[in-house]
Amino acid sequence: MDFSIASILMLDGFTNGAVYALLGLATVLVFTVTRVIFIPQGEFVAYGALTLAMLQAGKVPGTVWLLMILATVASLMECWSRWHHDHNLLSGIKAALRMWIPPMLIALLTWWSATQNFSMLIQALLSVAVVATFGPLVYRIAYQSLESATPLVLLIVSVGVHFAMTGFGLLVFGAEGFRNPSFLDQSWSFGPLTISGQVFIIFLIALIMILVLWLFFERTLFGKALRATAVNRTGARLMGISTHAAGQFTFLLAAGIGAVSGLLIGPTTTVFYDSGFLIGLKGFVAAVVAGLSSYPGALIGALFVGVVESFGSFWASAFKEVIVFTMILPVLLWRSIRSGHSDEEH
Amino acid sequence: MNFKKTLVTLAATVACSAALADINIGVSLALTGPGSGLGIPMQNQLKLFPKTIAGEKVNLIVLDDATDPGKGSANARRFVTEDKVDLIFGSCITAVAAAMTDIASEAGTVQIAGSPVGVPAGKDKWMFRLPQSNTVMGHAVVEHMKKQGVKTIGFLGYTDAYGEQWLKEITPMLDKAGIKIVATERFARTDTSVTPQALKINAANPDAVLVVASGSGAAMPQLGLAERGFKGKIYQTHAAATQDLMRVGGKTVEGTFVVSGPAVIAEQLPDSHPSKKVSVDFVTKYEALMGPKTRNQFAGHSYDFQVTMEKVLPVALKKAKPGTPEFRAAIRDALEGMGRTVFAHGVMNWTKEDHWGYTLETGVMLKVVDGQFAVER
Amino acid sequence: MRRWLLLFALVPLVAVLPLPDYWIFQLNYIGLYALTSMGLVLLTGVSGLTSFGQAAFVGIGAYTTAWLTLNLGWSPWLTLWVGLGLTFISALVVGMITLRMSGHYLPLATIAWGLSLYYLMGNLDALGKYYGLLGLQSLSIGSFDIGQGRPFFVLTWLILLAAALCMSQLLDSRAGRAIRSLKNGTQMAEAMGINTFRYKVTAFVMAALLASVAGWLLAHFQRTVNPSAFGLKMGIEYLFMAVVGGVGYIWGAVVGAGLIKLMDDYLQVLLPKLIGTSGSYEVIVFGVVLVLVLKYMPDGLWSLVSRYMPRRDRKVDWADADHLPETHKPQRGELLLDVQDVRKQFGGLVAVNDIRFQIKAGEIVGLIGPNGAGKSTTFNLITGVLPLTSGAVKFRGDTISGLPSREILRKGMARTFQHVKMIPDMTVLENVAMGGYSRGHTGVLSGMLGTNRKEEQRLFKLAQQQLERIGIGHTMHEQAGNLAMGQQRLMEIARALCADPALLLLDEPAAGLRHKEKQGLADVLRQLQSEGVSILLVEHDMDLVMQVCDKLVVMEFGTLLLEGTPKEIQESPVVRAAYLGTEH
Repeated sequence: MDFSIASILMLDGFTNGAVYALLGLATVLVFTVTRVIFIPQGEFVAYGALTLAMLQAGKVPGTVWLLMILATVASLMECWSRWHHDHNLLSGIKAALRMWIPPMLIALLTWWSATQNFSMLIQALLSVAVVATFGPLVYRIAYQSLESATPLVLLIVSVGVHFAMTGFGLLVFGAEGFRNPSFLDQSWSFGPLTISGQVFIIFLIALIMILVLWLFFERTLFGKALRATAVNRTGARLMGISTHAAGQFTFLLAAGIGAVSGLLIGPTTTVFYDSGFLIGLKGFVAAVVAGLSSYPGALIGALFVGVVESFGSFWASAFKEVIVFTMILPVLLWRSIRSGHSDEEH
Repeated sequence: MNFKKTLVTLAATVACSAALADINIGVSLALTGPGSGLGIPMQNQLKLFPKTIAGEKVNLIVLDDATDPGKGSANARRFVTEDKVDLIFGSCITAVAAAMTDIASEAGTVQIAGSPVGVPAGKDKWMFRLPQSNTVMGHAVVEHMKKQGVKTIGFLGYTDAYGEQWLKEITPMLDKAGIKIVATERFARTDTSVTPQALKINAANPDAVLVVASGSGAAMPQLGLAERGFKGKIYQTHAAATQDLMRVGGKTVEGTFVVSGPAVIAEQLPDSHPSKKVSVDFVTKYEALMGPKTRNQFAGHSYDFQVTMEKVLPVALKKAKPGTPEFRAAIRDALEGMGRTVFAHGVMNWTKEDHWGYTLETGVMLKVVDGQFAVER
Repeated sequence: MRRWLLLFALVPLVAVLPLPDYWIFQLNYIGLYALTSMGLVLLTGVSGLTSFGQAAFVGIGAYTTAWLTLNLGWSPWLTLWVGLGLTFISALVVGMITLRMSGHYLPLATIAWGLSLYYLMGNLDALGKYYGLLGLQSLSIGSFDIGQGRPFFVLTWLILLAAALCMSQLLDSRAGRAIRSLKNGTQMAEAMGINTFRYKVTAFVMAALLASVAGWLLAHFQRTVNPSAFGLKMGIEYLFMAVVGGVGYIWGAVVGAGLIKLMDDYLQVLLPKLIGTSGSYEVIVFGVVLVLVLKYMPDGLWSLVSRYMPRRDRKVDWADADHLPETHKPQRGELLLDVQDVRKQFGGLVAVNDIRFQIKAGEIVGLIGPNGAGKSTTFNLITGVLPLTSGAVKFRGDTISGLPSREILRKGMARTFQHVKMIPDMTVLENVAMGGYSRGHTGVLSGMLGTNRKEEQRLFKLAQQQLERIGIGHTMHEQAGNLAMGQQRLMEIARALCADPALLLLDEPAAGLRHKEKQGLADVLRQLQSEGVSILLVEHDMDLVMQVCDKLVVMEFGTLLLEGTPKEIQESPVVRAAYLGTEH
């Protein structure tokens, strides 16, 4: 192991770690606002990358159909519950339309664009739009009525959603993998290191998103309102914060982050319909290392995971996963001792 | 009214008992999970399976084993106890097929495995493999390496039974040919990068690298090696002999050597090749159903399964009725007595002693030229 | 007990029914899965420790028997015990490391070691790597082959029922009450003298042992052992079998395992008939159905059943039970509690500023002050819930500062809480009996086997006596969560009394009581005083405090303001100013 190899491994570790960091952020985000441990976060990554791949191949991505189905189901549910609540069919229909129209527009737009051969940037934006719109719909359908359930129940619901999304991914994308072309084809050399354009973009976007999220939650009123919902739902509602809207918005963000992550790794990795799970899991690990509460912590945790993975692969590639997941344990122990014993949790 | 009812019931019963003479085949494939890239094409080909053979109705009961040996053995048990099948086809994953063998064997039911599964000696009395063994394919690889003057190789394979089996079977052949393995690395299909493994292999500077992966997953190692500046030859195994390799790998996979069964390059086979006609039939029909350039190894095995059934079932029907243990035993005898049979994948010759069947000459070495497979002369 | 005997008899009965072979085969799988899920009910449902790693312990049990029977030719009946031993050791090690983690760290830790073990098992040559180990024999007794059919069904379900019986008996014992207290946070349990960490590890190890037995059975049932049965996916499946069935109920495990297995099977067969293809559709429908079940029944299926099952009051059979030995009470006037300059700082905030006071045996002392004065913090410092920044607390001459609360209890100091901490789905009697934990000795094993009858009777008799002493004996059989808050506070006092304390610490006992009840409480406190129990109480109700206390300690902003008799305190202008907020 000489310096050049170590530096290449560090770069590789950081590159993967940056993506894990984004997912870790999304996980922390969803947890802090809704107390949902969102296991299917990785699925959004795969969907994002694969949707772009389909658009690149000139085909209509299957995610468009799923979007339309989800939009219809969610708006029917919304119609029913609003009708039930207001005893007014018209308000129910209005609520349903509010929920149905934006996703349908995006879906139809993407459907049409599949044959138009737009530039990659536009296709990328459409992919993000399609997948991000999944977020609030998934929240509405699966989680909204369970807002007061225990985190354990919410976790199992996440597992159910994960199965459904993975199965659907296999159905529309098939079992084989895809690669997207790089967004930026240049590369720069620094001694033994070669930083490709794609790696540069990964770091850039990751840092920007971390900064934006941090500012949003710390400095804006809306961000603080979202945090309030997680601390005390009833109190937040008394202050006029809609917990439904908070949940849906959070999931919109999380799905968006997932989709962007998918676009980032698409060029450097072959993405399969089930690639998301392990990536999401490592992001989750990073988030928990951060105590499921701190964004800078999630970043550090993610970089740690990425680097351990890189070096572990070098030393004993057959045992890479064993190394990564065993290394987590002492970190978790240290974290748990440091964060102190909270008696209300268990 | 009553009389009519009785007549109808009687007729139905007669029809049923005639229907009881249906031939039931239990099919267990990996339709979900990591192995779905193998199972789904096989299931697709089975859509073309005939509804009747030799005048008898044939029912295919297709179940997903999700690449899980536990599920595979549960499927096998259901086939033999509940569905009372005459034959089992499965699985396309070696570990799953291995878990099914004992169950099939104890029920006196033939298992035709869609994967090159190895079991302890003597355990494959009732089990026959359709695909070529890795030894057969590895033979073609080693011969080609010898001709190319390769002296050292690096191994980069999947962390699963496929990668494991290839390493196990090719190592003695390489030893015999005087070729040394200087680096052995593993990777997973869904890994986000293979840079560390590629680094390690590059550092050992082998003449060639053998990549053991399947379908589109086989492209990433090559891309990783290219990134590290590896200039040597690259060999791929038969599970990578699909258009997916070129689709994902692009220009980087130009010049790669891929060993394959004859089915995938049907049109390029010389007319004298025994499998030419059958292979062309396979690719024509499969691509008519699934679209151009979708041909692959695995669907070819399903095609060969059909060929086997069409040859063997009439023979067995002469001896016994479907649904009986004698019928199942007759199927096994018929398979062992099949003699040389032309498959899309070569010439099969199962005998009483040898349930693998293919000879060492079966593997064809291909090269990726201009994004297409071309036969290496 | 009769119900259980009926269940046990049902098993061989079902075995001889003319059911199709395939149904028996499915029931065998259900039994195996239910065994592992039952461990999860104990671990996650009852103790509140979410674990995804049960599947890994199933793996240890399965691989142990597979390797030993294949390579050394040992009898499976022997390898079962080896497997249990290995599982015991590994669960102990893993548990002692990971159970120190709280909150969300624990499930993640279980995912982490579950995954490591899975990849490890899949990479070891000796364990057959990805192929696993094949060709195992099925179980047999002598020359009788148990096989995979009806005899196996009888074996598996008898084991399952035995496990259910043991668990059911365990949960209704002294150790069981300790385990049931884990879910609601450790503060209350520790204050009752329960070593919560020990019980967490115990629950974890027991769940692992159940999984190991299931693994042993699985290995000889499937006759192959492969790492995929022990991976994260299976670990998740066991957890949602438990949750869907009802993670708080023993039978929830059976119902959940049955439902999931059957759903799996029927989807496999039904969907192709409806849609025409098999494969990913099943997975999608499975996920959707899972979400639907949880939306409409988040407490699991069994919770529906248990709602309609009759709840019978506990049979009062302890009238003749012996009394538990009592501790020697201190002489009147002996120095009981000596609080010496205790200080608590949270970063820069001084919550308790060098407080000092003394309590002599036979006194009732009141700790009063405006809100935020630091009274409850002082309470927590004295009872060992919070560590002191500086100072010392002495009880009957022994230094107790720095000791954990469960040891402080055993010295003779019991407490109640500002926010009632009790177990809502246990009866009042059971909650109060928990207070007597420190005076009992029976453990997990005698709990499971039911050999603890005598001690249980003594504990229940004690609990009933304390309840009657406080005046709420009639609520004995109620579910604690159904009580009004005032009665719950009285229940807490009864519970504290069960520990036979020399000093009773009451944190706002009168909050939520009506006037008559407060009078009753005052009478009780005076009665306790006459029986030799000293009391330290934090209270806001001035009438009660002035009536009952011999001495008052007034705090403000963490500092000791004044100490004296009720009359002195009432007349002090300083105290008046503190309460009314004027400058002084």
